[in-house]
Amino acid sequence: MTDLRETAAKPAPRRQRGKARPVKPGEIYGVPGQGDTHWLSIAAIIGFFFIWWFVTHMGWVKPLFVPSPQAVLKKFFDVLQNGFTNIPFWEHMAVSTARVFGAFLLACLIGIPLGLAMGMNPVVRGIFDPLIEFYRPIPPLAYLPLMIIWFGIGETSKVLLIFLSVLAPVTLGARSGVKSAAIEQIHAAYSFGATRWQVLWQVIFPSALPEILTAMRIGVGFGWTTLVAAEMVAATEGLGFMVLTASQFLQTSTVIMGIFVIAAIAYGFDMLMRWLERRIVPWKGRM
Amino acid sequence: MALHIDQASVIFPAADRQSPTEALRGIDLTIDSGDFVVALGASGCGKSTLLNLIAGFLQPTTGRILLDGSPVTGPGADRSVVFQKHALMPWLNVVDNVAFGLKLQGVPEAARHKVADRFIDLLGLKDFRTAPVYKLSGGMQQRVGIARALTCDPKVLLMDEPLGALDALTRERAQELILNIWDTTHKAVFFITHSVEEALFMGTKLIVMSPRPGRVTHRFDLPFSRRFLAGESARHVKASAEFIALREKVLGIIFADEEAAA
Repeated sequence: MTDLRETAAKPAPRRQRGKARPVKPGEIYGVPGQGDTHWLSIAAIIGFFFIWWFVTHMGWVKPLFVPSPQAVLKKFFDVLQNGFTNIPFWEHMAVSTARVFGAFLLACLIGIPLGLAMGMNPVVRGIFDPLIEFYRPIPPLAYLPLMIIWFGIGETSKVLLIFLSVLAPVTLGARSGVKSAAIEQIHAAYSFGATRWQVLWQVIFPSALPEILTAMRIGVGFGWTTLVAAEMVAATEGLGFMVLTASQFLQTSTVIMGIFVIAAIAYGFDMLMRWLERRIVPWKGRM
Repeated sequence: MALHIDQASVIFPAADRQSPTEALRGIDLTIDSGDFVVALGASGCGKSTLLNLIAGFLQPTTGRILLDGSPVTGPGADRSVVFQKHALMPWLNVVDNVAFGLKLQGVPEAARHKVADRFIDLLGLKDFRTAPVYKLSGGMQQRVGIARALTCDPKVLLMDEPLGALDALTRERAQELILNIWDTTHKAVFFITHSVEEALFMGTKLIVMSPRPGRVTHRFDLPFSRRFLAGESARHVKASAEFIALREKVLGIIFADEEAAA
């Protein structure tokens, strides 16, 4: 902290408007956006919670609109102990997580081979490209009624809705990943006598992995986004159900708590995926 | 072993309302075992097209390519290619990259590593055996590419500007390395380059090519690589009067092509 105050106290050197500042040792002149943001991010989070606490502490906003952080935390432990609508909290969490990851796994199992096939084969691409591009921009809420008419109000339509929202980004990622292999890599394999199948598995698939992993990260994000929509109709458990039900009873603290839990699970999974990325494709962007 | 190219022409079909491109016209070329054939020429003279023909990535519009009497119909392990760049597999380490061709042919891991290790030693990559290739310098990566091409014991080694992306010093060292390997393995080599000096220093036969349509305009037999392998220093060879005289002559041919095009 003392360092910060010292630098702040020094008079700013006069410099030309719009010109980059001289660099600190270890930095490269003129690269936009470089620098460590770690501590700033932590400070921003603390600042966010402080403002939240301060505003509610001063009573500037009614707890109905914004409950205090303590109330949300208290609600969390309350629901953790007593459950919500007589269903234990872990069950809400498990059901939602199972829906999202079940749909996500299914979307990966179908979307990755489909995307690779679309990239490799003009017939497959010709058939599936218009279909995927047609439904991709439609909000899941718009076709939710159709899902319910077709598949009822059970688990199928919920998982299917999430599945569809994950399928498009994963498929498109795998499809564009096919282009990552350089023609020299493909030619090299062929010149060693590789079959088409070997080229697919030994060259094209590994080259596409960075894009596939990125697409999976984006896809699971879509999955969580769609979760609440999927749990809007005839759900009796799940985090989305919890948030929606709580909002109907104006239990704002439960709503906010649910949002934080969803965010935490999604963030945790994203961290896992980033770790996997560093393990599986450490060469990403380096060759 | 001999590779014969017999009156080969390549015409790329017209695209987007342009007239068809005649990339190669009437190429005759023989590469025998132990030959080091260098193709030299301005951009667009069809050097790479010729290499793609030999490799089997491309079929001639007319004419034939025969390897030991049988026609070349596609890529195969008897003709390995060393590319300019971007051809290694970054998800494999050095030894697995070198053994990549054998893996595709179904050779078990222990056996293919044994073969790969021989070429890793030959190219001075011993200390980097398990290093990831994306962490190597450009010159080291190119050595991995050459080792990989050699492991399948090809009859012909096709090199498509393999040293084009290297800096000047690394490039001269790599030239000497390739010559030494050619001397030990006695492969037939087809080598493409932009650099007149490199072409003269490395080849036993030089073909100079001209664009529009791509064709062979001049042929030379070269003594310089043998002089280097006989013990003369590379700098001495490159500074000799014969070398300089031939360099000026070939440069003259290439500049004349450039001016005719401009």
